Amino acid sequence: MQMHIVPVRVYFIVYVLLMILLFVTYWVATMHLGRWNTVVAMLVAMVKTSLVALFFMHLYYSGRLTHVWAAVGFLFLVIMFGLTMNDYITREPSAPGLSVPE
Amino acid sequence: MTTHQEAIEHHPDELELGHQFEDIEQQTEAYTVGMWVFLVTEIMFFGGLFAAYIVYRALYPEIWYAAHEKLDKVLGGVNTAVLLTSSFTMALAVRSAMLNRWKAQVSYLLATMAFAITFLVIKYFEYKEKFEHHLFPGPNFNFGDPGVPNDKAQMFFNLYFAMTGLHGAHVLIGVIVMIALVIRTINMRNQRQDFIPVELAGLYWHFVDIVWIFLFPLLYLIGR
Repeated sequence: MQMHIVPVRVYFIVYVLLMILLFVTYWVATMHLGRWNTVVAMLVAMVKTSLVALFFMHLYYSGRLTHVWAAVGFLFLVIMFGLTMNDYITREPSAPGLSVPE
Repeated sequence: MTTHQEAIEHHPDELELGHQFEDIEQQTEAYTVGMWVFLVTEIMFFGGLFAAYIVYRALYPEIWYAAHEKLDKVLGGVNTAVLLTSSFTMALAVRSAMLNRWKAQVSYLLATMAFAITFLVIKYFEYKEKFEHHLFPGPNFNFGDPGVPNDKAQMFFNLYFAMTGLHGAHVLIGVIVMIALVIRTINMRNQRQDFIPVELAGLYWHFVDIVWIFLFPLLYLIGR
């Protein structure tokens, strides 16, 4: 990674977008969408995370090795959640834990 | 009385290059990647709590909805805005460090610290309110709603305090790191400073911000 001076304008646009997305999250939460509420909230949070990681954390300007490690963080989190839920959602309804959703 | 040669040794114009590195670019990338490796361990650290959250919320969705209504959405939203703003000022502090503007860098770090402390003060009042309403997990826990089982509501608050507490501890560590950076920057104001310490503190700070970006909707904005 070379020293990459990002214009203040870029940071400011990202900041404004983050604030807009915060209001979007808040506004969507006031609606009753059932299961979709969580889905929308998580999608917005992921977009916000991408903005912070790409511009504030300079991933957009970083080298490949940094990209790999950022991806590894996400990947291992998915593995942990995946394997944990693999156990819980496949338990017998009689056993303690989650019953299988219809 | 110092000679010119000694003055150069004490106030180098060039950035210091560790003898294990080929050049400044490689050194910078090595430091940055090292910080990202640490952040991966941090992601897994918080990830365990998030995994517990997913399991319990999937088990008792309606109890979690009832329990989350005890949290103040507005305070949570304000705190999110405060942290996002602190990330913005931190990014500007890093930019000032790259441009070798130490005064601007110190100002932006102080601004970031002010927002971080604002966040912690708001959190303190939130916690205080939970303690007063017997919502802190323990022998005195009392949810106060006959329709909601006490032990299951307590699980929500267990995770609420564990997640926000761990996050709050990270915010506090961030403040301490920034204090150290401000002192260091002022002490080294007469020489060319490497921007890397601020860059790494910035990476850490933005990570803490990202954790809150997820905590806010998961704890405060549970839908129905």
